[in-house]
Amino acid sequence: MSEKQHPIRIIGVGHQFRGDDAVGLIVAQRLRAVCPPGVTIVEAQTDGAALMETWAEADEVIIIDAVQSGARPGTLHRFNAHQQPMPVHCFGCSTHGFNVAEAIELARTLDRLPPRLIVYGIEGATFEIGQAVSPAVLASAEELAERLADELIGR
Amino acid sequence: MKSKTIKVDYLARVEGEGSLMIKLKGDQVVDVKLKIFEPPRFFEAFLRGRHYSEAPDITARICGICPIAYQMSAVHAMEHACGVVIDGPLRALRRLIYCGEWIESHTLHIYMLHAPDFLGYADVMQMAKDYPDHVRRGLQLKKIGNEIVRLIGGREIHPINVRVGGFYRVPTKHDLAPLAEQLKWAREAALETVRWTAQFPFPEFDADYEFVALRHPDEYPLNQGRLVSNKGLDVAVEEFDQHFVEHHVAYSNALHSTLKERGAYLVGPLARYNINFDKLSPIAQQAAREAGLGPSCRNPFRSIIVRSVETLYACDEALRLIEAYQMPDQPAVAIEPRAATGYGCTEAPRGILYHRYRLDDQGTILDAKIVPPTSQNQKMIEQDLWRLVPELMSFSDEKITWQCEQAIRNYDPCISCATHFLKLHIERE
Repeated sequence: MSEKQHPIRIIGVGHQFRGDDAVGLIVAQRLRAVCPPGVTIVEAQTDGAALMETWAEADEVIIIDAVQSGARPGTLHRFNAHQQPMPVHCFGCSTHGFNVAEAIELARTLDRLPPRLIVYGIEGATFEIGQAVSPAVLASAEELAERLADELIGR
Repeated sequence: MKSKTIKVDYLARVEGEGSLMIKLKGDQVVDVKLKIFEPPRFFEAFLRGRHYSEAPDITARICGICPIAYQMSAVHAMEHACGVVIDGPLRALRRLIYCGEWIESHTLHIYMLHAPDFLGYADVMQMAKDYPDHVRRGLQLKKIGNEIVRLIGGREIHPINVRVGGFYRVPTKHDLAPLAEQLKWAREAALETVRWTAQFPFPEFDADYEFVALRHPDEYPLNQGRLVSNKGLDVAVEEFDQHFVEHHVAYSNALHSTLKERGAYLVGPLARYNINFDKLSPIAQQAAREAGLGPSCRNPFRSIIVRSVETLYACDEALRLIEAYQMPDQPAVAIEPRAATGYGCTEAPRGILYHRYRLDDQGTILDAKIVPPTSQNQKMIEQDLWRLVPELMSFSDEKITWQCEQAIRNYDPCISCATHFLKLHIERE
């Protein structure tokens, strides 16, 4: 069976109007324009409980979200959810729901992880309501979108 | 006397940001302040000058958890101003979408936010390791609530299909049929939830609250009723401003609401239950009795059982509404704006949500007032903590903090709704 028969889902997570928190959505929007058949793009709010529904039945899932780990703004982090526990504290706090890392850890406990799950975290600088996305973060988003597009089209 | 400060950077599992300050002198509590520092959001100000038809979609943005409550209070207030009463299947559909929000919001509160407190876990992620089947059940139940909101509202978060006068589009009977099957499962799951939460350990903490909730002659309240309390209040929604007053407090960005005659009061599931037990459906009443609740419950920690009973009621009611549903001829009735003031109050999952709008003859909003449940409960949360902390004095600061957080999560104050959450400081002098 070739790779393309397996549904791939790309989920950009974030809030459009909270500064660098929009970065996951931006990557998803860039990819929407170029993604090949068999790939679905989802722009998601930060409700972790709903995330599990979003990736249900996908074989391969790529999530993009903003992180705050103290690194230089724009730094790209990559996590393979099957190889390591997610750094819950880096994914900010979603209060009523859960953040992406918490949702993944809950899914792991409940045996609901997709067969393949890669998370890209882009280090953000500002998360204030009404702020624009920082230049370094936007540059990193463009670069990741290009890289993922190349990978998907190359398959 | 001995002085001490305990500080917790922020309280998890509530909505929004704020802090709690408790000051102790020896064994005496000298001050309790629930501080809300999330920035004010000015919704009331930017509704001014907008068209009346925009209010449901704008105010839905106040909350990602209970947008339907905001839409329902807004449409009722606007229809009141314009002299229109919505009845029949459109009214039933409003009740159905509201049931969806109750199921979704209550289940989130019960399983994800509050149950870990009673079972001794830091969060639901930890709890799921020992209670995977329970957490799966909670997630599935929440999903069915979301599904109702999505099907009628157009999408799960900030639905777009609600309008003054009705809906943009109404479902066929056929559209709703799959929900009925899911709701039969949900009703059983909700019944199991009542049985599960009834076994939790509860502190003895009864108090003589003034409960305020809507009361309707024929039904457990969602969209309509009179404002009724267990201490003599019984007024029309239009009279809200004559009896309730909002105060600005220096330490918080949220206003405190009190009853002019008597001060602090309590809204939400516990209030609704105490005022309206007789209007619950037989299955919900029966489950409540089996869970050890009488027609009255005055222990806020037991509100998790009451929430579960209301979830069961909402599943049962949603099923009844779907079975009785006849597609309306028109998705909405025509509205003619007029210069008037309209009042609306509905039962959000966390309690009564009051809207008031003054319109000109073109339907432009001249003035708006929104009083969310959390503003109304803030003072009561503080009063609970005044009573609770002295009983905890012999415990470690860590345990005091835990119990205070649990007491606050009895209410799950929705801080972003109210600002118009939580760092804990315990200061011992």
